[in-house]
Amino acid sequence: MLDLVVFSALLASGYIFGRVAEKRHFDSLRRREDELADILAFSVRTAPPYASPPRTRLVGGNAVMSVDYFKRVSGALRSVLGGRVLAFETLVERARREAILRMKEDAQLYGADMIVNVKLETSSITKGNSNQTACVEVYAYGTALIGGQRR
Amino acid sequence: MLISNIEVIPGKTVIRHLGMVQGNTVRAKHVGRDLMASVKNIFGGELKGYTELLQEAREEAVARMVAQAAAIGANAVVNVRFSTSSITAGAAELYAYGTAVILE
Repeated sequence: MLDLVVFSALLASGYIFGRVAEKRHFDSLRRREDELADILAFSVRTAPPYASPPRTRLVGGNAVMSVDYFKRVSGALRSVLGGRVLAFETLVERARREAILRMKEDAQLYGADMIVNVKLETSSITKGNSNQTACVEVYAYGTALIGGQRR
Repeated sequence: MLISNIEVIPGKTVIRHLGMVQGNTVRAKHVGRDLMASVKNIFGGELKGYTELLQEAREEAVARMVAQAAAIGANAVVNVRFSTSSITAGAAELYAYGTAVILE
């Protein structure tokens, strides 16, 4: 009986706090993405011919994101039924957008206006330990072109 | 030391190619961070402790790679790649590798 109470309390607080935190995070992502919109990120492997920057630099950003209790339970249920796991899709999306933003912030520090050869690497750092935090790490990195003239 | 993940640095020419250099580090999380993480476990969100830990570990892997490149007389490492793998639950390996070259 006590177990059930604890379980539903965890579920409810996960649902409420998780939702609020997620909404706040998405708002902040959108705002910062607008601010950093002039730093362009490309996945092409070479610098564009018109950009002849005097300097290049490796920049990167990472983020480790975890899901709330409610999503973990609903994700576990999904793995029984199959299909799209929406709960985890937002988890990876948040981590990825956050990592890209941090990479851009890093590039901004050096005065770069372009990042080429952007690579994204996703790894689950607590794999194989089911009673532990379900979380993913995303690392975004690329080469910032500093001081080249654009267009 | 110039580090880059593109193969051709604009405006620079490779005059000598010195082969692959690499650096790695295996990190485990400490209990305090794990404790905070299990609280986060309920509410979700970013695990700042882990983010910092992995970033530090990655910097160390790069530093080892750079030390190796410096030892063989390179002045740049190009085409750098990163890779992360969790070996056991609770420990992760960060690996950085690239090609050591001498740029003009």
